[in-house]
Amino acid sequence: MATATETSQRQGPKLPVLKREKLILNGRSYHWITERICGVLENRQPFLWWLLFVPSAIIAAIGVGGGLFHLVSTGVGVWGNTNRVMWGWPIVNFVFWIGIGHAGTLISAILFLTRQNWRTSINRAAEAMTIFAVMCAGIFPAFHVGRVWMVWFLAPIPNANGIWQNFKSPLLWDVFAVSTYFTVSLIFWYLGMVPDLATIRDRCKPGLRKILYGLFSLGWRGGNRQWSHYEMAYLLLAALSTPLVLSVHSVVSFDFATSVVPGWHTTIFPPYFVAGAIFGGFAMVLTIMIPARFIYGLQDMITMKHIDNMAKIILLTGTIVGYAYLMELFVAFYSGAKFEMEAFKYRIAGPFNWAYFWMMGLNVLSPQIFWFKKCRENLWVVMAVAMCVNCGMWFERFVIIVTTLSRMWLPGDWKYFSPSGQDQFLFVGTIGMFLTLFLLFLRFLPCINIAEVKWTLLESDPHFDDHHDHPDHGVTEEAAYQHEIHASSAKG
Amino acid sequence: MSTTRKRVYGYLAEFKSASALYKAAEKVRDAGFSKWDCHSPYPIHGLDSAMGLKRSILPWLVFFGGSTGTLTAFSLAYGTQVLLYPTVVQAKPVNIFTVPAFFPVMFELTILFSGFTVLFGLLALMKLPRFNHPLFASKQFHRATDDAFFIAIEARDPKFSPEATKALLENIGGTNIELVEEED
Repeated sequence: MATATETSQRQGPKLPVLKREKLILNGRSYHWITERICGVLENRQPFLWWLLFVPSAIIAAIGVGGGLFHLVSTGVGVWGNTNRVMWGWPIVNFVFWIGIGHAGTLISAILFLTRQNWRTSINRAAEAMTIFAVMCAGIFPAFHVGRVWMVWFLAPIPNANGIWQNFKSPLLWDVFAVSTYFTVSLIFWYLGMVPDLATIRDRCKPGLRKILYGLFSLGWRGGNRQWSHYEMAYLLLAALSTPLVLSVHSVVSFDFATSVVPGWHTTIFPPYFVAGAIFGGFAMVLTIMIPARFIYGLQDMITMKHIDNMAKIILLTGTIVGYAYLMELFVAFYSGAKFEMEAFKYRIAGPFNWAYFWMMGLNVLSPQIFWFKKCRENLWVVMAVAMCVNCGMWFERFVIIVTTLSRMWLPGDWKYFSPSGQDQFLFVGTIGMFLTLFLLFLRFLPCINIAEVKWTLLESDPHFDDHHDHPDHGVTEEAAYQHEIHASSAKG
Repeated sequence: MSTTRKRVYGYLAEFKSASALYKAAEKVRDAGFSKWDCHSPYPIHGLDSAMGLKRSILPWLVFFGGSTGTLTAFSLAYGTQVLLYPTVVQAKPVNIFTVPAFFPVMFELTILFSGFTVLFGLLALMKLPRFNHPLFASKQFHRATDDAFFIAIEARDPKFSPEATKALLENIGGTNIELVEEED
């Protein structure tokens, strides 16, 4: 097979058809795909899995379990809220985690609507990441209310005081946005998994496993009368999740932007937050998928092409984020608003400027090496940049929230902020919880979308056999996607 | 010693590829069958028209589900903010003109209700969940979720006949033709 084929049968100028990289390498069969993905959860877990799982579970149990027990039994004061920064630290962590989730929805919804078929190899794991990240995020606002048993006050439930929530407040919008986001992401993730759970069910020996996978696969039979509705449902969920994901981080940014605090009160916040969320989320997808791909031998399904694409998205969104940082500075200068200027001077030259420069360096400079193909092809470099971005996005939230709050309108409030031990404990605990949940996901659920990956193979096209001896042979062979086969055969 | 009565569910025939399944589906459709289905490990593009299926009505259900969400959110916000507990916050009015501040919640509940409608509407249209199905009695059907393509024609189809239907499936390229029976 040549890298460029001439379309000899057509009239007009002869244009070379560029070869498109295949999504699944080495001509793997349907059965190989089933075997390899189900093997991840059917075989004994490798030693490395235990090596990661045991410490993560311990950190999660002590950090989140113990940390929250201490918090609830003692009081929210253990978070060191005697500072003007107040709940700044938990909110930094909340925004950090909720942002991570956004890449999962981007991959599953937006890339689906734009027919980016490379998403099929990574969407399942990315959606799982979304669910777990939102769970980690939810801990902070739920417990920062202080008396966590009163958290139902967030919901509009009639109560004896006759008090109702303020629907004009971005904080209440946030409650609705985040809970809707979690629910719809869970529905999307679960419905996407039903055919694959059926695959596992059909491979199980009779027993408890078969019963459980059988229950959760709902009696799926893969009939086209089911697929027909299922495909429509998937399209609808993608179409619903796309505006949803954009709205969630916009609403999160409204929490800040609708206030009159210098440094927060800017209209650039919604797009800037959404770009940052996707940026940080893709970094997390790479952070967890590169090791998983290596440990379970998924290189033929999660190819270098996938990693290259994700690196490019990181480069793009990182540059957007860099633009937003500079635009914030420019607007502060250009507006002539004295307090806005002071806020940014404080960020750059104040006592927190270390965080500002970490943010700039890690988020804006580090992804720029992805302009070079060599860097996108080297997994160590990709992993290092992903790690930089993970940290950089945390620093971004720290800069936005803590720096601003420690220097508000009243000079009497001005104070340097350091997190309490309890603060740090809980944050590290959520990292452990995230990893624990993700490792359990790898252990019990199909980590790649089996049905959709099969669908990207050339022979999945119902007209594949017809085109085998077709005059346009070359074109159909090169086209990696069935939709393109239709288009090219219509011409030829 | 027990004699189990068996009831015939129908024929199950395997096809070697997605292309073969597609062509066979067109022929079964043209033969006028109505109670039959194609089983494949992944959704096959264009099989709906080859089977003569109509477009799913799910979008209509979701439209009404989503509209319910919008109305619910509006009623909730308007009822609590204007009628039950009017409070002036951020100098915003406590009448209908405050409605732009309700848009985010109206949007989110539209999506939430739509999401639930997709889930439950889909399950209703697929007639799932169910604990068992006669096809699961087949010895080869488990491969439908792995790498095999099947057509199942039910015995309760008016056009079904034990000989002619089997012959049809053979003619259109079906292999491993099996009479699936369920225990009564």
